[in-house]
Amino acid sequence: MEVFKYKKPLSLMSKSKRFGMLSAVLLVISLGLIFTKGFNYGLDFAGGTLVQVHYDQKAPIDKIREAIGKDQNYENASVTYFGNDNEIIIRTKHSSKSLGKDMGDTMRELLKGTGNFEVRRVDMVGAKVGSELREKGMMSLLLAILGILIYVSFRFEWRFAVASVMALVHDVTIAMGAVVLFGIEVNLDTLAALLTILGYSLNDTIIVFDRIREGINTIKNPNLGEIIDESVTQTLSRTTLTSLTTFFVVLTLFVFGGEIIRGFSFTLLVGVVVGTYSSIFVASPILMWLGFSVKEFREKEAEKLKREKEKEKMRAMYENGTV
Amino acid sequence: MKTLNFRVVLFVFALIFGVVFSIPSIMQSESGKKITLGLDLQGGLHMLLGIKSETAIESRTKSMAATIKYIFDDEEIIFDDLRIIDGKKITFELLDTDDVAKAKELLKKELPGTVLNENGLKFSLEMTAEEIARTKQNAIKQAVDTIRNRLNEFGLAEPTVAKQGEDKILVEVPGVKTQEDEQRIRELIARAAHLQLMAVDEDRAARVMTMNPNEAKSYGDVILPDVNTPEKYLLRQIPVLDGSMLTDAKVGFDKNNQPVINFSLNGQGSKIFGDFTAKAVGKRMAVVLDNKVYSAPVIRERIGGGHVQISGNFKLEEAHDIAIALRSGALLAPVYIMEKRSVGPSLGADNIKASSLALALGFVLVVLFMVLYYGMAGVIANVALIGNLFLIIAVMSLFGATLTLPGMAGIVLTVGMAVDANVIINERIRELLHEGKSVAKAIEDGYDKAFTAILDANVTTLIAAVVLWAYGTGPLKGFALTMGIGILASMLTAIVGTHGIYQWVLPKIDRKKLGLWFGIKTEGAK
Repeated sequence: MEVFKYKKPLSLMSKSKRFGMLSAVLLVISLGLIFTKGFNYGLDFAGGTLVQVHYDQKAPIDKIREAIGKDQNYENASVTYFGNDNEIIIRTKHSSKSLGKDMGDTMRELLKGTGNFEVRRVDMVGAKVGSELREKGMMSLLLAILGILIYVSFRFEWRFAVASVMALVHDVTIAMGAVVLFGIEVNLDTLAALLTILGYSLNDTIIVFDRIREGINTIKNPNLGEIIDESVTQTLSRTTLTSLTTFFVVLTLFVFGGEIIRGFSFTLLVGVVVGTYSSIFVASPILMWLGFSVKEFREKEAEKLKREKEKEKMRAMYENGTV
Repeated sequence: MKTLNFRVVLFVFALIFGVVFSIPSIMQSESGKKITLGLDLQGGLHMLLGIKSETAIESRTKSMAATIKYIFDDEEIIFDDLRIIDGKKITFELLDTDDVAKAKELLKKELPGTVLNENGLKFSLEMTAEEIARTKQNAIKQAVDTIRNRLNEFGLAEPTVAKQGEDKILVEVPGVKTQEDEQRIRELIARAAHLQLMAVDEDRAARVMTMNPNEAKSYGDVILPDVNTPEKYLLRQIPVLDGSMLTDAKVGFDKNNQPVINFSLNGQGSKIFGDFTAKAVGKRMAVVLDNKVYSAPVIRERIGGGHVQISGNFKLEEAHDIAIALRSGALLAPVYIMEKRSVGPSLGADNIKASSLALALGFVLVVLFMVLYYGMAGVIANVALIGNLFLIIAVMSLFGATLTLPGMAGIVLTVGMAVDANVIINERIRELLHEGKSVAKAIEDGYDKAFTAILDANVTTLIAAVVLWAYGTGPLKGFALTMGIGILASMLTAIVGTHGIYQWVLPKIDRKKLGLWFGIKTEGAK
């Protein structure tokens, strides 16, 4: 089977303004959401206690709320269904330091008489650990971006590195925007998803850039726009197909992986789509805007080659003892 | 047919390695190194504990004060007004100038790591800064050991207790069946098990119900509650002795068949206890555990041998847990929960079910897609993918790594990403075939040209995985680990392995059957 067969390169660069606009709009909306509505920090980052209770039939949520409300400490607790009607989650901002009776134990007593139930999960994160985790999380995102920037600079020209990192920031920002928009709880696994997006969306960008790098050396035409068009067209099938395979598995994870990792799989799902889009339509135009010059690049390459040759010549002369 | 090439041999070795070392994990056999399931998959209790190390300083000070009292009495040095100020300073007054030199020498010998200040006959004693730091470090180390001992004695399978960072303790207990069991474990861990034998201040005891704590303090006393009744006791602040001189604690039964705890003291403890009881006949002595009075019997005669009993209307379970706590030693400083995650066994089983289903389905989808889209080339990629899965499991088994729920997600994700390399290679080969290259040339050039892109792409993903591994905690480390191993393994299986298979089957590839082999129409071929 073959889906992508282009005899002629697509003229993407001529439409780059349109995609630029689209990305700009998405970015503005995402940033707007992040700064106005803000993240819905989950237990890991905000601290508090979460109790998951499983009933052997539909959970009587009103009765549960009433039962919990009897204890003043839990008046503001939220009770929601989790995944299905038999499962509920109780959340509060409280966290107790005592090892003895904790919220799970209290809930067991309060919920007596609401039906046959089993407390299946009690997670508690103290405020101090929460803020520590948040700090570490930010740090890890920045470090990963920095590491990638250094590596790509080392492997490519610096403009490639900057362009790929800008595309990355674009992807992560839009994925964050989607997380805020859909009210997904931000926990450690959401962070893991964002880091995976970093690594993954770069994969696609690098495949394209690798081809552009190759194109610069092999395509005679010195017009960068046309080189990019040709390279992107040639790699279009690759970029789309690799994303497709990943999209398949992330989708199965999202649908069948269970409620607990839904935040993780949702974030990845958005990330894979945005990452693919940005590799094709965003990263390369940035390269052009950064003023990448094919001529300069070729001259530099030629000079590098020349220097190496001269060095070799010198060495040969030295070894022959003619200096 | 061409003889086997080194790539395919390497791949076959990797495959054998993968299968052999994943067998113990897949079959869950008793012997052999295997993957352990994380707490989120098998159920269990995970806690990050903080420690109030200030308390270690206070109790150390208290026991130093007890030592001072004991050696001064022993050496017949007359002293007065021995007190503890702010929990870290001991003050006392000597009455006889002749004793000063001897007292100083004794303190220097018996209490190293302290500074003694003198002002006339008034003295104050404090720990040095290094000694304080050392005591705090000790308290953490001792807490780790003590908690580990307690959990081991409780009879739990493979609990993990480890120091984390500067001042935190990580406790992981797999296989906790019910929430009630979990509560009991938490209480066992938290029990300070700080045992003290204290003299009742008989001179003022009558006024205890109306006395406030500050007044008690001014007499060098402390008011402690009874464990079962609202009664209160006025006790000398400096204990006769504490649990550090205890050698054993066992559950026994008294005349009324009520559970009691019998404990034995070491030589020094027995001597102190004997001397004290000899002097205090007719007075009461309180058995205090974690600042609650369990009993305060009247001393009828000197008690030698160092055997003491605690009775306090215990339930058998409680007596059992207290005995464990006493045996394993007191916590020098109390611990508190900073983070706790507990997953019931049924939820763990649900998690395994859901993530295995996702893994299986994702795998089937990818495998089907590859065969449909690429024909035989897809089959070759799928062989590599299966090899990759085995390698991940084998490497994790050898490391004895823990498989968590995010770790499962990492494997699912790796399935999606490992075939990427083959997609890139296959597309390149197709492109070259369209250009009219021979099959052999197309394959060699395809691998050659695709390599840099695959390498760069994998290294960047690896960077993200390494950062996540370094900064992540618990389950996230598992995710980073599986993804990292998966990427590295895919370099071997998806690049070297498939390349070898192509070279091996090359003589069979018919230029006219590119539809079967690479899923393209042969129109491009010349």
